[in-house]
Amino acid sequence: MAYDLECERVRKRFGAFVAVDGVSFRIPRGSFFSILGPSGCGKTTLLRMIAGFETPSEGDILIKGRSVLALPPNRRNVKLVFQHLALFPMMNVEENIAYGLRCKGMAKGEIARRTADVLERVGLPDARRKDIGQLSGGQKQRIAIARCMVLDPDVLLLDEPLGALDLKLREHMKIELKMLQSRFGTTFLYITHDQSEALVMSDRVAVMNDGRFEQVGEPRELYHHPKTAFVAGFVGDSNRWPGRVLDRDPAGMRVETRSGLIFIADVTDGGIGKGDAVDVFVRPESIAVTRGEGAGGQDASGETNRRTGRIEGVLFNGANTRILVRTSTGDQIEADLPQGGAEANLGNGDPVTLTWKRTGAKCFARAGGTQAR
Amino acid sequence: MRACKLFPALLSALLVAMSASSWAQDTLRLLTWGSYAPENVIERFEKETGIEVEVTYSNNEEMISKLRATGGGGFDLAQPSHDRIHAAQLEYNIYKPMDLSMIDTSVYDTSLLGAVKENTTIDGETYSVPHFWGTSGLVVNRKEAPDLKSFSDLCDPRYKGRISMRLKRTILIGMGYAMGEDPFAAYGNMTEYGRIIDAAAEKLIECKDNVKTYWTGGDDLSNLLRSGEIVASDAWDGTAFKLNTENSDINFTPPAHGALGWIDTFTLPRKTRAEEAAYKWINFVMQPDVAKMMSSHSGYVTAHRNGGDLTSDQLKQSFNDAFSRQDIANIKWFANIPPGLEDIEGKVLERIKAAR
Amino acid sequence: MTRQHVRRLTLFMLLAPFLLWILLMIVLPHLGIFALSLREKVAPLVYTIGPKNYLDFLREPIYWNTLLRTASISILVTALTFLVGFPIAYYIAKIAGRRVKGALFLACLIPLWVSDLVRAYGWMILLRETGVVSSVLQWTGIVDGPVELLYNDATVVVGLVYTVVLFMIVPLASTLEGMDDSLIEAGYNLGGSGFTVMRRIVIPYAMPGIVAGSIIVFMLTAGSYLTPILLGGKNSMWFTEQIYEQFITRFNWESGATFGILLLLFTSLTVWLGLRLSGQSLATTVARSEA
Repeated sequence: MAYDLECERVRKRFGAFVAVDGVSFRIPRGSFFSILGPSGCGKTTLLRMIAGFETPSEGDILIKGRSVLALPPNRRNVKLVFQHLALFPMMNVEENIAYGLRCKGMAKGEIARRTADVLERVGLPDARRKDIGQLSGGQKQRIAIARCMVLDPDVLLLDEPLGALDLKLREHMKIELKMLQSRFGTTFLYITHDQSEALVMSDRVAVMNDGRFEQVGEPRELYHHPKTAFVAGFVGDSNRWPGRVLDRDPAGMRVETRSGLIFIADVTDGGIGKGDAVDVFVRPESIAVTRGEGAGGQDASGETNRRTGRIEGVLFNGANTRILVRTSTGDQIEADLPQGGAEANLGNGDPVTLTWKRTGAKCFARAGGTQAR
Repeated sequence: MRACKLFPALLSALLVAMSASSWAQDTLRLLTWGSYAPENVIERFEKETGIEVEVTYSNNEEMISKLRATGGGGFDLAQPSHDRIHAAQLEYNIYKPMDLSMIDTSVYDTSLLGAVKENTTIDGETYSVPHFWGTSGLVVNRKEAPDLKSFSDLCDPRYKGRISMRLKRTILIGMGYAMGEDPFAAYGNMTEYGRIIDAAAEKLIECKDNVKTYWTGGDDLSNLLRSGEIVASDAWDGTAFKLNTENSDINFTPPAHGALGWIDTFTLPRKTRAEEAAYKWINFVMQPDVAKMMSSHSGYVTAHRNGGDLTSDQLKQSFNDAFSRQDIANIKWFANIPPGLEDIEGKVLERIKAAR
Repeated sequence: MTRQHVRRLTLFMLLAPFLLWILLMIVLPHLGIFALSLREKVAPLVYTIGPKNYLDFLREPIYWNTLLRTASISILVTALTFLVGFPIAYYIAKIAGRRVKGALFLACLIPLWVSDLVRAYGWMILLRETGVVSSVLQWTGIVDGPVELLYNDATVVVGLVYTVVLFMIVPLASTLEGMDDSLIEAGYNLGGSGFTVMRRIVIPYAMPGIVAGSIIVFMLTAGSYLTPILLGGKNSMWFTEQIYEQFITRFNWESGATFGILLLLFTSLTVWLGLRLSGQSLATTVARSEA
């Protein structure tokens, strides 16, 4: 398999601070790869090393199989869409796009032809003579991409370019970006702190924290089978409880939270033993809600957890409804209501029974065993 | 308690206010030449009379321009040269006649006083009395340029780049005399005068290569000579005498065709606000001991009847070294400048400056 | 009184000091100078009105040569100031750390703490034949005899550049400060060399600052007096000196006023030409629009 971009144990130190800590990955040709992480996790530094604005302290970066460490930024065939796009305000759209071609020393006619062509492909054929100030947010976005794509880069780097857009436009641009990527067939490396952007667009996602990759995988895999507590907490919404392992068997384990709630949960980490400090994650959509208190109390045996409690809040956001339930032990649990059905009209104060399978609860060792949160 | 504290504060505020208002009357604003108002004389005057002296240093042209701009205001006493008063008064009306009864005229050298009176009397009113007199001629480093004796010697190619001049009317007139003309006699005849200074300008342009730079003030000139960067220049004798006390090689040389004599005067601006203080200053500086202090400081001789003695021994020596009896008799005194002359001269001087 | 009247009155009161200042300190004196320039002296104390002073200027090559010389040296000084000031401004705005930035700005300000005269005398102490530079050169054996570094046009140009360079650095640095670093990075990322990025991105972006700095520097230089005269010596012909000579030495206020008006017109014309050539307008220079 051919890789457009490979990083091998890339490390970057700023004095005593390690921003990127031995990251390795490979991006296959033509795929959409995202690096997802909170701000300050080192993803921007990694991107800048690939673009050539920073030099790695250790490790190697290869583009199309060749090390680019010796190449200055203007000689690397990776193009970057900046966070604030960095369109040149003193040039119009056409000049912005032609800039890179002129740097290559291309003939005038050829430049005009390619510029028109790329504008066609991003769907703005009439924008040539416009000033940057006349464009809307989405149009600027597309021009910034066109400016890079006209140079036919090996990899296109995108540094959270959707951050400045309003919600509606951002949703639209996610789809647009994905479409553009498949139309151009170019390898995209997209960095973001927004998990929904990463999940929607990417073929593969790397979750980054504290300078390291926590997990690399397809969006589905990350969502359903997180390998670390950080991934489980960062990707998607989850109920999270710190607790301690009561006992375990090959099928699962029983965990007691500080408030005395007892869970049965799936083991994701073979190393966890009795008495260890752990975090338990349960996604709201894995919890089934039924009206009434039923048998009452709690049950955490066999394959199912069951709790009763009362609804404290209803959060309706159109596509689904989330309820906040206060259990008899005083814990708060978030759960999603199914669309329609008998439970759709539950309201504040109503008693409910929550059940979820053992496999819906993921259990991870807490880093250092400390009682965080 | 409060009132006790308040009272001194009020009193001091009042005192400050009073002193500020009295400042205007008890201040003498003097418009004069550099070195004509030494610190020690001012201090003594202020102590004796309680009048503060505010000094502005200037030259003949600026004095006239400043007073012209304000119609004779802004200063209480000015010190223009004797030849620059008549025309300026006729054209711009910037001076006020003197009340000679306020001045002890008995201390003056009668010929100097007479000459100034004659030059500055308009419609029977006298406008000036003399203070310092001096001459313009050459300052020469005799070791470096032993036979430089005339203005035209400044153009000797041997001194290429080692000469300075003050690009003002004196150099035109001095050069005129050196070329055998009589510029002062030609004052009344503009065409004749124009011809003389045009010829002088030709000569000055020709020898511009000799000039290192044109000096503008006494300190400027002293630095150039002291450092040895130039060997000769046209100069005021006082500046040269001061240099002679530092370096005996350097002294004033009255040119063979006669040094040019001037008398700096005391003249009242038309809008003087402290006439009384002005008279006090005039009388004060003509006291023998003060005259001696002033003369030793400036290097010039005062118009006191014993002026030649009322100065430092060093200066006396420098003076006698420079001037023979015949040189003194040969001094050409500046004649009153007719109106409009400066404009013609100015144009000629510009031509010299612009020449390459 | 209606509310609108009150508001108008308030606005007027707020603007009054500024309007008075403009009127009393700028408009009236210039009108006065202009009126004076049209006065012709027929005889002592007799005057008429006419363009004679302006015709005299045109007839006398010394005058317009001096004006052209002043303008051309000023343009040269402006260009050199840009060449000297731009790297400093760029360093201050884009490379230096916070603390260094302040120190550098301060260092640029130092020449302004002393008066023009003292500054010129400082240069004279350094550059005169028996001065510091000449002595050092002799001491190190680079030259055999004393060298005179004063009294030539090159010294005048150096002295002027030194005096005005701050007025180029400040507007330039503030324009560059407002420039997003990612524009420069984008310039490199898209394949530009250092030279291309400078020429096609940084300089066009900084153009309003360059123009503002150049206007200030040009006007200051053309209007300077002491530096060209003291450092230029016997050959310094500077137009302000002509004006001084007319007013003070020749008592010819009429022609001095004429020269003043001509200097104003000529420098304004030069600035206008500069704006036309650089494709800027005063409005964009004063307040650049954000893209």
